Amino acid sequence: MIAGLYRAGDSPLHRTRPGLKLLSLAIAGTALLALSSLWLAGAAMVLIFGLYCLAGFGLRTMIEQVRPAAFILAILAFAQLWLAGPSEALLFVTRFAVLILAAGLVTLTTRTSDLVTALEVALSPLSRFGLNVSGISLAISLAIRFIPAIGQILSELREAQIARGRKPTVLTLVVPMIIRLLKMADSIAEAIDARS
Amino acid sequence: MSTRDIVLIALFTALTAVLGAFPPLMIPALGVPVTAQSLGPMLAGGILGAKRGALSMLLFNVLIAVGLPILAGGRGGLAVYAGPSAGFILGWIAAAGVTGLIVERLWSGLNFVTAFIASVIGGIVVLYGIGVPWITAVTGTPLGKTFAGSAVFIPGDLAKAGVAAAAIVLIKRAYPMIRHAHSRS
Repeated sequence: MIAGLYRAGDSPLHRTRPGLKLLSLAIAGTALLALSSLWLAGAAMVLIFGLYCLAGFGLRTMIEQVRPAAFILAILAFAQLWLAGPSEALLFVTRFAVLILAAGLVTLTTRTSDLVTALEVALSPLSRFGLNVSGISLAISLAIRFIPAIGQILSELREAQIARGRKPTVLTLVVPMIIRLLKMADSIAEAIDARS
Repeated sequence: MSTRDIVLIALFTALTAVLGAFPPLMIPALGVPVTAQSLGPMLAGGILGAKRGALSMLLFNVLIAVGLPILAGGRGGLAVYAGPSAGFILGWIAAAGVTGLIVERLWSGLNFVTAFIASVIGGIVVLYGIGVPWITAVTGTPLGKTFAGSAVFIPGDLAKAGVAAAAIVLIKRAYPMIRHAHSRS
């Protein structure tokens, strides 16, 4: 199993039901995109800071959340500055930062397994229309289990090629890797079918 | 959809996650990191075909959304979809679907050139066709500027389409996956 981005805790936010958090995020996101006042965006930033503190996180966690998007946001903010002026650029950055922080907060305070369950519950009415919900659950749990296994196969292949004096490249690793996965698929599928 | 199809979909989802852990290649002239991860949609579509390929990229997006750090650089979670470049991740579903569709159509005479064209149309034309207007839609930045900003990644993506095409052709020879599905439809 690979570790999710969830951070264990016992705050009111950790204890809120995943469905409610997702719904709040959807509403907050829609409201944020419609926000056109810098003061309101600033207030939203203060509010999200308060929520991070409530969940037991600090400024460092907040920076970690925004950092992956920082580069593209900086470029786009520069374009806004040039096109629409400084207050528009500041509004733009604040709005996106709050949105990313809000979405990140749901991920930080909700276990992956709880989100998967929420998804299954949300999809279950669609099984009446022919959606294979148990197949979806199976696919999710298989993929999560395959990630470390495939990582392991990959490092074995790499070591084997280095041992034979060859320099592994993406192509020389990916092709034997995929052929192995395709062969594995049959036996894994048989084992699953035999058990059910 | 058989159990085997579900297993194949999950395997390519996991493969795409593992490709994200490959050390990124720096193109010194451009200063942009090139990760192996965007091989994922081209390989999934080109090897499993349109339907299973697109579903494996949909599953990849589900795993990101439920909080797994499987994007290159250890990114993941719902914050990915709140950022301006979410279209480039969601676009992998269509990228795999279109690559798969073209490979299915050209299956009997598939060679490096046709596999490369399929990978470029699916993994670059379709992907940027979703990712670039997405940035414009959520940020209000004009389309020309967003495209100019995104274009620095195209040389790296062309190189990846070459790797994907070679893999698609080699694997078709060793272990063809599409023929059955295609003759049935």
